[in-house]
Amino acid sequence: MANSSEISYLQQPAKRTFWSIPKAYQDSARGYFLISPPLLYSLVMLAAPLVLVVLLSLWTQNYLELDRTITLKNYVEAVTEPLYGLLISRSLMISGMVTLATVILAYPIAYYVAMFGGKRKSMWLLLITIPFWTSYLIRIFLWKVILGYNGVINGSLMGLGLIEEPLTFILYNANAVVLTLAHAWAPFAILPIYVSLSRIDKSLLEAARDLSDNAFQRFFRVTLPLSMPGVVAACLIVFIPTVGDYVTPKLLGGTDGLMIANMIQIQFGKANNAPLGSALAVVAMFIVAAISISFVLLTRRFLKTKG
Amino acid sequence: MEKSSRSLLTYVLVYLTFLYAPVFLLPIFAFNDSAIISLPLSGFTFDWFLMLWQTKALHEAFYNSMMIALISASLSTTLGIFAARATSRFEFPGKRGIVGFLMLPLVLPEIIVGVALLVVMIQLGLSLSAWTVVIGHVLVCTPFAIAILSSAFNSFDISLEEASLDLGVNKIGTFFRVILPMVAPGIISSFLIAFTISLDEFIIAFFLTGTDATLPVYIWGQLRFPARLPSIMALGFLMVLLSLLLLLVAEYFRRRSTQFSANSSASNESIL
Repeated sequence: MANSSEISYLQQPAKRTFWSIPKAYQDSARGYFLISPPLLYSLVMLAAPLVLVVLLSLWTQNYLELDRTITLKNYVEAVTEPLYGLLISRSLMISGMVTLATVILAYPIAYYVAMFGGKRKSMWLLLITIPFWTSYLIRIFLWKVILGYNGVINGSLMGLGLIEEPLTFILYNANAVVLTLAHAWAPFAILPIYVSLSRIDKSLLEAARDLSDNAFQRFFRVTLPLSMPGVVAACLIVFIPTVGDYVTPKLLGGTDGLMIANMIQIQFGKANNAPLGSALAVVAMFIVAAISISFVLLTRRFLKTKG
Repeated sequence: MEKSSRSLLTYVLVYLTFLYAPVFLLPIFAFNDSAIISLPLSGFTFDWFLMLWQTKALHEAFYNSMMIALISASLSTTLGIFAARATSRFEFPGKRGIVGFLMLPLVLPEIIVGVALLVVMIQLGLSLSAWTVVIGHVLVCTPFAIAILSSAFNSFDISLEEASLDLGVNKIGTFFRVILPMVAPGIISSFLIAFTISLDEFIIAFFLTGTDATLPVYIWGQLRFPARLPSIMALGFLMVLLSLLLLLVAEYFRRRSTQFSANSSASNESIL
């Protein structure tokens, strides 16, 4: 986020020789002073609660009492109980599919706006983000209306005489969850890819053309590698939150579409076992972080070898 | 080139249809004279809007949501101003790490934020209320506020600030008389975006709401009752109009906030 005025500001020691050394300290002090309110808020309201979640996951729930002896019992249960393993791996699978679908579908849109948007780039971006500002819950419910037994798709297909019976494979399963989430997260994939595409120096593409690369070669050898930072960002922005999604699987997933977040919610609610719920949350968070970090490292290496 | 861009445009239009499909259905079912949400359509009615007017629980939820969104947006924008000012004008060790930590809620599953705050409230023996929802919403809205305000703080010319100091206005006076007016459009835009996010946030509110249900929590409860669905469609339609209005106002101010910068595409990018 460094900008030109900031740089010129730092490059003026000649005028302020007397101040230059203490100014650096003064700047740091003022910087820390200014950043402290948001930092303190995040430390108290986010970091401390997360530490408490880890602590709680090491305790056990005995009906109404909370046993505060430290034990790994919840983690053993979280890892050995097949249902939790199933829910976590399903969550990762569904999120992975959502990420893949969202990013692949979004890339051409970002490409079009960045390369052919001309003066109307902001209008295109606004057009893409407007549906995203309609109520999340209602949007997901409307997908149920579209995909349902008597829904819009089945209604129109039967009205056209293309099918006799309503299609049942489109609702209450993982497909419905993937489709709906690919819709819900579309702008989060389009925007980062658009940003990295619009940063590409057009003269590189001209150089490739002059060196007689055809359109495909230009895309795969210049455009795609240079837009990888945006693609990686889009993947993470879509993947991480969807693992913890709760609403879509509950409304559209049926029984074989439930995900780990639904189980965490059950542990905190009906099952009244907050420690186990915390352990599941910690395990899920750990796995997601591990996957995200290795994804970044892998793609970084890929980018480096490509030059 | 011409031909490939045209086939790409076809794809873009198909994709936009996919994006807008649910939004277009909303008004159709909001005005459809049938208690069942399905095709074919029967007739035109305003009954579902009338039903909203007569539902008292809805009015309370609406009031709660408005208050929560107002307070969350004010607090997160204030925190965002501090962070944006600190990062845009000062260099200090650990800056990247601190900013990364502040932006963390952007990539943290919301259920984790909800669970973490719920655990604190239970352990401290505090009861859940609209305030606990505010705490969670401020966490989620602050990264957006920081992103928008950083671009606003980055895009004005620092020499104006220096001129004010050289002319003998003190730092506080300079902040209120020079800096704040310059970034005011960014502040309004940040406030409106945070307001809209808080208004629509469900997962954290669901975990932390206690007895003061917010609008999304109320809607979630109603989705179970088929008879209530048409009026929920009507409510959704009204909310779309409200969000659109807020978004357009925010966009207007965001553009004004970036017009000070020499390179408007650079500031468009830094918002992301």
